[in-house]
Parts: sequence; structure tokens; C-alpha cells
Amino acid sequence: MRLQPDQQTGPGDRAAGEALSLSRAAPVLEVNALKTYFFTRSGAVKAVDGVSFALARGETLAIVGESGCGKSVTALSLMRLIPDPPGRIVGGSIRLDNVDILSLDDDEMRAMRGRDISMIFQEPMTSLNPVMTIGRQIGEVLKLHQTLTNSELRKKVVALLSLVRIPEPAQRAREYPHQLSGGMRQRVMIAIALACNPKVLIADEPTTALDVTVQAQILELIVDLQKKLGTAVILITHDLGLVAQTAQRVIVMYAGRKVEEAAVGALFAGPQHQYTRGLMASLPRLGLLRGETASTGRLQEIPGMVPPLTNLPAGCAFAPRCPRADERCAAENPPYEEKTAGHWAACWHPGPSNGRGHD
Amino acid sequence: MTTVEHSADLAKAGANITTRWQGAMFLARHYPLGAAGAIILIIFVLTAIFAGSLSPFDPTLTNSGASLARPGSAHWLGADFMGRDVFSRIVGGSQISLAVGLGSIVLGCLVGVPIGLLSGYFGGWLDLIVQRVIDMMQSLPLLVTALVMAAALGPSLRNTIIAIAIPLVPSISRIVRSNTLALKEMPFIEAARAIGLSETWIAIRHVLPNTLAPLIVLVTAQFGSAILVEASLSFLGLGVPEPYPSWGRMLSESAAEYMRAAPWLVVFPGLAISLVVFGANLLGDALRDMLDPRLRR
Amino acid sequence: MTDALVHAQAGDSGIAEPVLVVDALKKHFPVKRRFFGGASEQVRAVDGVSFSIGEGETLGLVGESGCGKSTVGRAILRLIEPTAGSIRVAGHDITRLSNRAMRPFRRELQIIFQDPFSSLNPRMTVGDIVGEPLHTHHLANGKACQARVAQLFDRVGLSRAQMNNYPHQFSGGQRQRIGIARALALNPRLIVCDEPVSALDVSIQAQVINLLMDLQRDLGLSYLFISHNLAVVEHISHRIAVMYLGRIVETADKATIFTRPGHPYTEALLSAIPVPDPTIRDTRPALQGDVPSPVHPPSGCHFHTRCPYAVARCKVDTPLLHEIAPGQHVACHLR
Repeated sequence: MRLQPDQQTGPGDRAAGEALSLSRAAPVLEVNALKTYFFTRSGAVKAVDGVSFALARGETLAIVGESGCGKSVTALSLMRLIPDPPGRIVGGSIRLDNVDILSLDDDEMRAMRGRDISMIFQEPMTSLNPVMTIGRQIGEVLKLHQTLTNSELRKKVVALLSLVRIPEPAQRAREYPHQLSGGMRQRVMIAIALACNPKVLIADEPTTALDVTVQAQILELIVDLQKKLGTAVILITHDLGLVAQTAQRVIVMYAGRKVEEAAVGALFAGPQHQYTRGLMASLPRLGLLRGETASTGRLQEIPGMVPPLTNLPAGCAFAPRCPRADERCAAENPPYEEKTAGHWAACWHPGPSNGRGHD
Repeated sequence: MTTVEHSADLAKAGANITTRWQGAMFLARHYPLGAAGAIILIIFVLTAIFAGSLSPFDPTLTNSGASLARPGSAHWLGADFMGRDVFSRIVGGSQISLAVGLGSIVLGCLVGVPIGLLSGYFGGWLDLIVQRVIDMMQSLPLLVTALVMAAALGPSLRNTIIAIAIPLVPSISRIVRSNTLALKEMPFIEAARAIGLSETWIAIRHVLPNTLAPLIVLVTAQFGSAILVEASLSFLGLGVPEPYPSWGRMLSESAAEYMRAAPWLVVFPGLAISLVVFGANLLGDALRDMLDPRLRR
Repeated sequence: MTDALVHAQAGDSGIAEPVLVVDALKKHFPVKRRFFGGASEQVRAVDGVSFSIGEGETLGLVGESGCGKSTVGRAILRLIEPTAGSIRVAGHDITRLSNRAMRPFRRELQIIFQDPFSSLNPRMTVGDIVGEPLHTHHLANGKACQARVAQLFDRVGLSRAQMNNYPHQFSGGQRQRIGIARALALNPRLIVCDEPVSALDVSIQAQVINLLMDLQRDLGLSYLFISHNLAVVEHISHRIAVMYLGRIVETADKATIFTRPGHPYTEALLSAIPVPDPTIRDTRPALQGDVPSPVHPPSGCHFHTRCPYAVARCKVDTPLLHEIAPGQHVACHLR
């Protein structure tokens, strides 16, 4: 793993070490060959097409990709919130702490949501009921999964609001969502999600709608709470910066499939799949913040667009846009295999073109 | 959701449509009920256009000898108490219904659309005053209006069309206004201003075409409703007078006395009204479904 | 409050007359309380903003929600009427011109929007959308117009064959290109780019940013690049102005802003950016609190409620922009 010359062994490496040791313990979530399709008039949209991964207890896994890659659909599949019709989980298995989620009936699944696995969404305003006070909404999830007296409930709500660092929690509990700022609402969402101390928290683009400074606060909060409560977090995002700063392990998705998976340090130091490489190269470098010279010149582009999910090409889905694609790539789907220790990718021509390590 | 965006793109990619006919067939396959409604309405319109050639008898021709004739070879759907051929009267009545349906809607749009557009786009005092006038129009009950018009001006086809158009104006202007309010905040309207287009031009050439889609849905539904209203008015004697063969009046003349003796006098006009209204509603529903996802992202 | 110093540094490229000079621009929105007049509260969306942009230069305008950057962009084009201040385009004062008198200046200033989905009229073909400015200003008609539109399509990397398609048949990135083509149709000197890549996927963002930079190089365009995404701003701008609650708190060239930020808010913004490099993890605590409401901004320096260095004076006196280093202006009592 390459280090920047003027950095000591940083949190990135420690995270990698943690990731390896965590993954040896029994995973809290195991997803195997998950397939979620949407059946529309124009054919089956293969939103998630055979995705597998495991999540260790207390780990932060980031799922990265652009729109249409299937990351949000994966999250909704884990919660079994896929609208049916037109969507359906057509294959694979999901085991949460050894319980087969896909075999549960509706009541059992509802009991799990909020208690064992919960989710926070991108838009805090529309995710909160505008006509219920904050306190009632948090209380709702507590009442559903736990038996508490009214005063215990109130105390717990206030405690949760302080946990997510909302000032004057007792006062806030009586307020309505529109009286709070975006950042506060997202904290309330986190409080609701963590109220029953779930094993897994799914955060679907939790900071995309927030300002940069508020985003930093929320991320700090999530990381902090995760350490305190030992929750495993699946962070779904398109922002590689967030991934670098919060995740321990990363999965990159493209057109409904996994294309790469690695510990965060390894991924950024030496991305294998050409899509990942293209994505990283197309980001503005923020060279000045890293002590380099100012960025000039062109960003590296990934030409073209994501293929339609009802009409994926026969071979590698990324081949039409890949600078290194050849006939084999267009004809055969590359197998998903371990390229280096703990680093998996599905690519016929992984790594940099000249074989040297740095991106 | 991303998948909806994809399927919209796919609908175009996978469909491979090149001609209008292929387009129509594509739509018919995906919206069968709407297609059925469209077919009903097409038959209705064609009947009205070719009424003269289609009717075996003059709809107003009386023949006491054939009074209350049963449906048979001479009179396909029977004859009424004056010996007038029911089939011819139904075919003739379709002209009336079409005239009223189309006429009231066109009149309603001619008045309602500019009101809604200007009121919504320019806002301010204009909007306030115009909306109060619209409120007043909406508070006029249809029957009272029709009654007053019939009493003051005499019942006629023209007055019926006007009477039915009056309550349509508020609905039409409301829908155009609310769409205008939403549209005028959109970036493409700001872009039009940035180019230097005048406000009037923007209102007519940029805002108006985008309000038409929901308007078409409303208007199709109102078509059926207008026909129904005309039937009710004529039933009450306030609508289209003799000698025009109105379906509604056919019902009113026969319903009380001849329901049991000559049910064909009631069934066929009633069926005609129901079919046309039903067809209009089916088409309206399908249009709404069809136009809706495209308006969304 | 004229900041003559700010104007003096206009056009680092060395050209004498700046393309755009904005002086003490203000925009206040009344918050209607009562129907019959009466003192209503004001949202001071833009509260005295001054800057200038030279030829071929990009000024990045950054800030978080409620800072007024989008309002500034629209006010410059007179899409929103300024409450006070002046806007000069190539030396001409356009602040109070009538619609008719504004028309020729519409050719100098154009805008591209954030949302590729609602910035194009869904009922017009994209060829018509791009050609409309040409018709409006009587620059070309019929075949000549078609030819020019085709040229513009080539310029922005779209296929000529698609000129008769409708917006919904294009992807987000392509629609943004159409918006750029429309903005270029009149050969403007300056384009206000209002968050042009924020709604696009990362890989498409790179395409559009590259296009904008190529166009600047080839056509000598100036940009007012409004964005909350500091990484993109760092890449495309020459100079950067940082806004907070309606006021500019710092302006400097790109390198200075990122390596020697003068204002505490700029520092906070920079430290909040998640750097896409796991070996660099900023351990400084994030800025606390939320952005105050523009209806009731804090007294004195708007930032004092969240500033880690605030002293008593900050609550009372409003700091003005003053030069702390060549080309760097900061509005802070402590610098």
C-alpha cells in the first residue's frame, strides 16, 4: 500500500487492518447473489443483478456508484422495501444475523425494520411527517419495538436527541420538522434509525442534500455513534470523498453489478477496475489542499453513458466506454475474482496501463 | 427513482417506432381501455358527420301508422309514439350531442384558457380580481342558468351550448392557472427572459403549450359530462327544443309513460348516452396516464 | 460602500476594461405580513456585494445555502431586480434599464442552470430551443439559423442529427450541453453558470467541466461560476469569492484561497471538504451550528455565532473587505 511521502501511517491503514480482522468474525449481514428486477412494459430492468457481500459487526461499508448502478435498490432490497409491482427480489438470499430475511412474512419483516435494521434517506424533509412533532415520531419507533411507560418513553426520546447532539433536546422534541434546519432534521432521522440500537444502519446518500459544513458534522456524528453503539453501517453514496473519509471497505457498483471491492486504502491507492480508475481520474483533484500545485488542464472523462438496464451488452457492461476494452471484453463477462489479497474486481485488464502502482 | 428514468428512456429505445400508424398501434396495445374509448368516440363522431346518409328515415318525420312500432325490419330500433324512427333519431341526436359537447368545450376554452393564463402569469391585482369573477361564475348553478336563459331568450341549441359552457370556464381557467403558476417559476422560463423575449411572448409560446396536456385530459372528461348535462337539460325541457332530436328529450318524452309498454324508447337513447360518456371517460383516463409520466422527470 | 480596491484587481489577465463590474449590489425580499402594506420583514438575500470579472476569466462564487450566490447570478442578468447597487457590463450601466433597452445587453450576458430537466422547454425541439435566441435578435433565419445551430451543436459535442428531437429524449449531461449551446448562440462575453454540474453524475461532470474550459479557451468567455462544490470550483476558477449570508467575506485568487485562506469561514469550508484520499483525514472538529436564517441574520459580522475566533467586537461592528495581501481581500476584524 503506497503512502503519501509526508504522512505517517494514517487512519487509512489502520482501517484496513481493522477491516481484515473484523471480517474474520461472523458477519452480521450476508448477501448472496441478490437479484432485484423491475418489470416494466419495456422489459425487465435488472437493477441489481447478482450482488454478494458480507458486512462485519461495527464495520462501515461504502457502496459507491453513479445513478442507475443499483446501489439504492440494493439498500431497499435489504429492507424489503421494493415496491411490488413493478419490482421484485427474484433471486439470492439475505441473512441478517443468520435470519433469512427473504423468507420472513410481512409481519415478521416489519418487526425487524427499525429494530434490527434501519435506514436513513437523502431528503430529511420528506422523510419526516410534517404534521407530527419530532418527539412523537421518535417515540413511534420506540413504542413499536419496545414496551416502555410514557415517562420512560419521553426520557428516552430526550436522551436520543442529545445523543445526536441536538441542543435543547426537551424543547426540540415538541417542535415540528419545518421548524428545524436540514442538518437537524437529518440528525432526527438518525435518532429514529438508531432508537432501538439496530445491528445494521443503511445510510442512503445521507448528506447529499446538505451543505458542506453540515455534511461534515453529520458524518462526524455517524462515525462517532457507530463507535459508541457498535452498529454496522452501509453508506451508499456517489461521493468518493465521503468514502475516503468514513469507510473501511468499499464496493463499487456499475449497471447493477459489483465491479470492485477492497479495503478503502487499497482501493484509492491502486484501483483495479477501469471504471473505478476512470471515476477517480475524473474527480477534480483538489491538488491545492493536498499540497500540490493548482489543478489545471482537463479532467479525465469517461465517454458515453451507462447502458440501459434492460439491454445490457453481452460481455462486460463497461466495455463500450472503457479505454482498454478489446473483443474479449465485449464478448465475455469478466469473472469477479481476487486480484490481490482482499481486493476483488471483475476486469480483463485490471490496474494501470503501464503496470506502475500509482493512479 | 433511477429505474423510472431508465424505463422511460427504454420505452423509446426498445419500441422502434417510425410511422404514426406504428405509434398508434403501440399506444393501443399499451392502453387498451383508452383505445376502446377512442374507438367509441370515433364511431360517434363518424355517425354524427354522416348522419344524413345513415338514417333510413327523416328523424322528424311523423307517421301515426307506425306509432310505437316494435324494433323490427321496418324500424330497426322501433318507433316512438309519433311514429318517428328511433334509429334515425338516435343517429340524428348524435349530431346534437356532438355539437353541444364540442361547442361548449370550445367556448369554454376560448374564454377560460386566456383568463387562466393571464391571471396566473401576471398575478397581482389582475389575478385577484379575475379569480373573484371566476368564483362568481362558479357559484351560478347550471340549472338555474339554463332556466333563466331558456326563459329569457327561449330554448335553443345556441343557448344550451352557452349555458353548458358557463360552468366549464372556471374549471378550465383553474387548471390552466395552476399549471401556469407552477411553470412560470421554471428555469426554462428564466432562460427565455435571459434571451430577451417579451413577457407576452413567453406566456403564449412557452407557458401555454405546456399547460395543454392536463387541459386535454380535463376536456376529454368534460366532453362526456357536457353531453350528459345536455341530456338532463333537454329532459327537463330547458335544453334543445323541437324539432332537434336530442337523446335527452327522447328519454324525457318516453320515460314516464312508455317505460313498460315500449321500453325500446328508453333503452336505446339511454344506451347511446351511456356509451358516449363511458367512451369519453375511458379515453380521458388513458390520456391522463399517458401524459403523466412524461410530465414528471 | 464602494470597494474600489476590489475593482482595481479586475482582469488579472491584463485587459483594461473588465467585462462585468458589480458594485454594492443589494437584493432584499419583503416577507409579506399584512395585506395592506405595513412594515414587513426583509430577507437580505444579497447585502452589498461587489466584484468584477475580466475577459477570459472565471470568478468562482462559493457559499452554502442561503448565502445569496444564486440571487447574485440572477440579479446580474436582471432576472431579479436589484434593490440597490449597480451592474456595469463592458462599461455600460445596465442596472435600471427598461426591458427594451436591456435587449442588446442580453447578447452579452447569458446563463446556464443547475437542473438539466427543467431548464429546457419540454414542448420545443432542441434545435428550436437553441435557435430561438437567434430568431429573437434577428441574427439569422431559416437555413442560416439551422446552420448556426448545427455549428453550436458541434461545438458542444452533440450530434447534428438530433436537432429535431425533444429534450426528454436526452440524458442529463446531454441536456446540459444543449443549455450551453443555447447560452452560446448569441456570442456572449460572460456566462453565469449557476451550479451547472451539481445535478450530474460524477463522470458526466468531468465532461461538462472540460467543455466549459475548452469554450473559455477558444472563445475568450468569462464565467461567473456559482457552486457549493469547492473541488469543482478549485479546478475551473481563476479567482474565488466566498459568500456568507448575503455578503462576500473573502476574495482572492485560487491558490491563495486554498493554501492561505484569510477568513475563518473559508477555513471552515475548506476543512469540511471530504478529500478523496483515505490517507488524509482531517481531525479538526467540524464547524458547529447551522447557517442562520437570512431573515434574522446575526448582528455585526454575520459569522460571529459560529466563528471559533470571535471576540466582542465581532458582534457589534460589521467588518468591511480590506486587503490583507496582494489580491486578497477579507472581511474580518481579526485579520
